[in-house]
Amino acid sequence: MRSIIDILDLSPAEIGELIATARDIIDDPAKYAEKCRGKKLATLFFEPSTRTRMSFEAAMYELGGNVISMASAASSSAAKGESVADTARVISCYADIIAMRHPKEGAALVAANNATVPVINAGDGGHCHPTQTLADLLTIHREKGRFDDLTIGFCGDLKFGRTVHSLINAMSRYPGIRFVLISPEELKVPSYVKKDVLQKNSIPYVQTTDLEGAMPDLDILYMTRVQKERFFNEEDYLRLKDSYILTPEKLKNAKPDMNILHPLPRVNEISVKVDDDPRACYFKQVLNGKYMRMALILKLLKEAGTI
Amino acid sequence: MNVDSIRNGYVIDHITAGSGMKLYELLGLDALDVSIAIIKNVTSRKMGRKDIIKIDADIPIDLDIIGFVDPGATVNIIKDDKLAEKKTIEMPETLHGVIRCKNPRCITSTEQELPQVFRLTDRENKVYRCVYCETKAQF
Repeated sequence: MRSIIDILDLSPAEIGELIATARDIIDDPAKYAEKCRGKKLATLFFEPSTRTRMSFEAAMYELGGNVISMASAASSSAAKGESVADTARVISCYADIIAMRHPKEGAALVAANNATVPVINAGDGGHCHPTQTLADLLTIHREKGRFDDLTIGFCGDLKFGRTVHSLINAMSRYPGIRFVLISPEELKVPSYVKKDVLQKNSIPYVQTTDLEGAMPDLDILYMTRVQKERFFNEEDYLRLKDSYILTPEKLKNAKPDMNILHPLPRVNEISVKVDDDPRACYFKQVLNGKYMRMALILKLLKEAGTI
Repeated sequence: MNVDSIRNGYVIDHITAGSGMKLYELLGLDALDVSIAIIKNVTSRKMGRKDIIKIDADIPIDLDIIGFVDPGATVNIIKDDKLAEKKTIEMPETLHGVIRCKNPRCITSTEQELPQVFRLTDRENKVYRCVYCETKAQF
């Protein structure tokens, strides 16, 4: 049974197929409105999430399917001590496909190993969140029309940001990609990402602390939040936090067709004054996420022979 | 020092000096009621110094564990006082139930009955990662 735990579970060719399906859904939503009639998606969210969960639910409804869910992790069987494996086996009896978020890393793999229906990882702690990366990829594809020959800047918390590592992994498989990694010293991309992904695939990259200096080279700017709790002392946080807040002034030297992405939620790292800039794509990303989740649900249900 | 020769059993040779005790523990040899000799820091022409483990019993040995701890080691199987077979050791692609993941955020930290599985991700640098959370193996 095929499940999606990590973005690398999908080959570039499969990502291409999902993008094509998503774009077809955008062009002709009526064609897909009954594709999952009579099928059920179970959303198992063991930690709070509003947007990802609603995105999955909206995706299934727009495919004509139904959604079953649990009220909250506190009221679930997990609170009584049921294992993830048992929960996955039980929910497989009720649903045709499962989208699961869990605070522990690797929980989605455990569910996939035990479920009898496809499992989509909707976030397993700080580990993977492949459908966010699919949303990022569709946004890049819709804005740029390609995945090759791009200079992609990542800014903010590059150490703990799972969306950053995942998108670096996904984009490293295309030719002509260059990365600019913009972060405070404390939050640089971990060495294993540089070694296992960038150096192994001979991907050119530069590391800098200077967002404005890097700006003119970028085709894509992927912003993330610098969180206070990631710093050892408040002084460092206060010193650095404003350097990584995107404002219209900092965009002065950016390319006119650069795209600004952010996995959201945003706190203050992108000024609301940037929202009206045509280069701001972060709300489009949210919508693209729903389309890619629709495409992924369709793909997995087809592969499982359910539709 | 006098260590008797082995009639039926194993000589694990060419163990990197200092790894003998770790191998002894991971192979579970401490739990066995058989004669075992751990010889540490022996002079070796090839390696400078090495460790050797001699097991005087024909018991099953998990070669994957040896491959994980020290892929340069060799295993000599002794039958009726004679060298019956010399095995070269390979690093296993996966390692089942040998070490535990030390990442407190890993699902295996709360669901302790899950099988502990590590996958070889970098042969050159001998890096194994937990299949659940991808944390690098430590032992």
